[in-house]
Amino acid sequence: MKRHLANTYLVLVFLILYAPILFLIVYSFSQGDTMTNYHGFTWRHYQTLFSDARMLAIVANTLLVALLSSLIATLIGTLGALSINRTTKRVTRESLLTLNNVLMVSPDVIIGASFLIFFTMLKIPLGFGSVLMSHIAFEIPIVVLMVLPRLREMSTSMLDAAQDLGATTRQLLSRVIIPFISPGIFAGFFMALTYSLDDFAVTFFVTGNGFSTLSVEIYSRARQGINLEINALSGVMFLFSLLLVGGYYWIQQASQKRKHRKREVVS
Amino acid sequence: MTNRKTWLYFIPYGLWLALFVIAPVGLIIYQSFFDLGHHFTVANYSTYFQSATYLKMTLNSVWYAFLITLFTVLISYPTAYFLHQLKHRQFWLLLVILPTWINILLKAYAFIGIFSQAGLANQFLTFIGIGPQQILFTNASFIFVATYIQIPFMILPIFNALDDLNPAFINASKDLGASAWQTFHRVIFPLTLPGVKAGVQAVFIPSLSLFMLTRLIGGNKVITLGTAIEEHFLTTMNWGMGSTIGVVLIVAMIIVMTLTGDQKPKGGTPR
Repeated sequence: MKRHLANTYLVLVFLILYAPILFLIVYSFSQGDTMTNYHGFTWRHYQTLFSDARMLAIVANTLLVALLSSLIATLIGTLGALSINRTTKRVTRESLLTLNNVLMVSPDVIIGASFLIFFTMLKIPLGFGSVLMSHIAFEIPIVVLMVLPRLREMSTSMLDAAQDLGATTRQLLSRVIIPFISPGIFAGFFMALTYSLDDFAVTFFVTGNGFSTLSVEIYSRARQGINLEINALSGVMFLFSLLLVGGYYWIQQASQKRKHRKREVVS
Repeated sequence: MTNRKTWLYFIPYGLWLALFVIAPVGLIIYQSFFDLGHHFTVANYSTYFQSATYLKMTLNSVWYAFLITLFTVLISYPTAYFLHQLKHRQFWLLLVILPTWINILLKAYAFIGIFSQAGLANQFLTFIGIGPQQILFTNASFIFVATYIQIPFMILPIFNALDDLNPAFINASKDLGASAWQTFHRVIFPLTLPGVKAGVQAVFIPSLSLFMLTRLIGGNKVITLGTAIEEHFLTTMNWGMGSTIGVVLIVAMIIVMTLTGDQKPKGGTPR
């Protein structure tokens, strides 16, 4: 009986969580022009979407910013995690971690507004460059947080062994440390990617005129009212997120399996 | 030699810390002391603290963030609790996280359709005999959509706290004759409170600054601190006043972080 109630509750919550998303996708196939009555199946809105040159350019921009910023953030973040991990003083480590988390807990509006002041003061033009730099900036801390736990799991005896066997610093990094922490690096990269794709507020502040990402474009179109082309876009983006989540899940499972295997070998 | 080389690796990260963490926070505080004519002044602060409009807006924003957080906890705790009892819980948890990967603007846009005059919500109201109502652009719709968006961020840390809970405690409580309610009330809830606190941290502060929702769903009736900052920066171009409200928001954030304890923000972000 109790189990029944619990399950009903869960079903209800999942329904509410997914209803708006399904609603968007269902209407992307409707022949009408509003999200009120379903008028029969059509691919028309997807055709409009894929022939909308402006929208396609914005999608390309968004993906470019996301990939480029995640790559650079992963590089800088991994180096940062390596340096934080090397600190021996507890105080230094704690203050570095606190500083690292500042951008994680700050509201988007504050990040956006302060970056806008920053770019204006340095006379950096608003556009692709400022958006890219902002995305790199708010992605770095999540990469650090994903890589650090892997670094802590690494045993020092492994590093000592490598050094005793004559490995140089570079070899130590490329042959021992990087392979060991790679699941963390991949997880960080994926998180950075989703942060970038998901961001609206920060981009909105630092984008200026002439450059736009998907979130900003959806915002300005949604303010003008219903347009089923956006529904088609959400269909495509839902599929894309499914692929991303699938990829992320697969990486996690793979790294867990590796851990299990190692445990079996040890015991 | 090794030491000097490894210090080189710190340079990009150190530059990031200086340029994009320390400098912006400093700049927003610095900017809050300048008026429209670029004169150094504390006028922004005195205007803020003397103006009934600003103070009322701040209180309103905090009140709405409180309501959103409260509803999110009330819905999320049972969800996390029941979810944790399921067999393939990691899979179900992933399904909870999945909607957070959908762009927040698209979710807001969906609600514009659902809550519109002839939308799904009004069709339902007509069907059960209440008749169509104005739903979009009301305070209730703003709270509903904000709660909807925040739920996964609350479920996640509570779920993690339940996962960390040693089942031996629950068994011990049952063996010692506690009823199901007593076990929950005296053992499970206090031990998962850190998860709730982490969730409140992850929900309350963003709720103070959700400006796109107040525009798209709230119809500009609810003005949050975030809306006010956005307006001062991008519409009226009064950066000094905008920064002053930003400093207020930062102070609010520090207060919330201190109140919700010194435990590490854990599971507050999707992973």
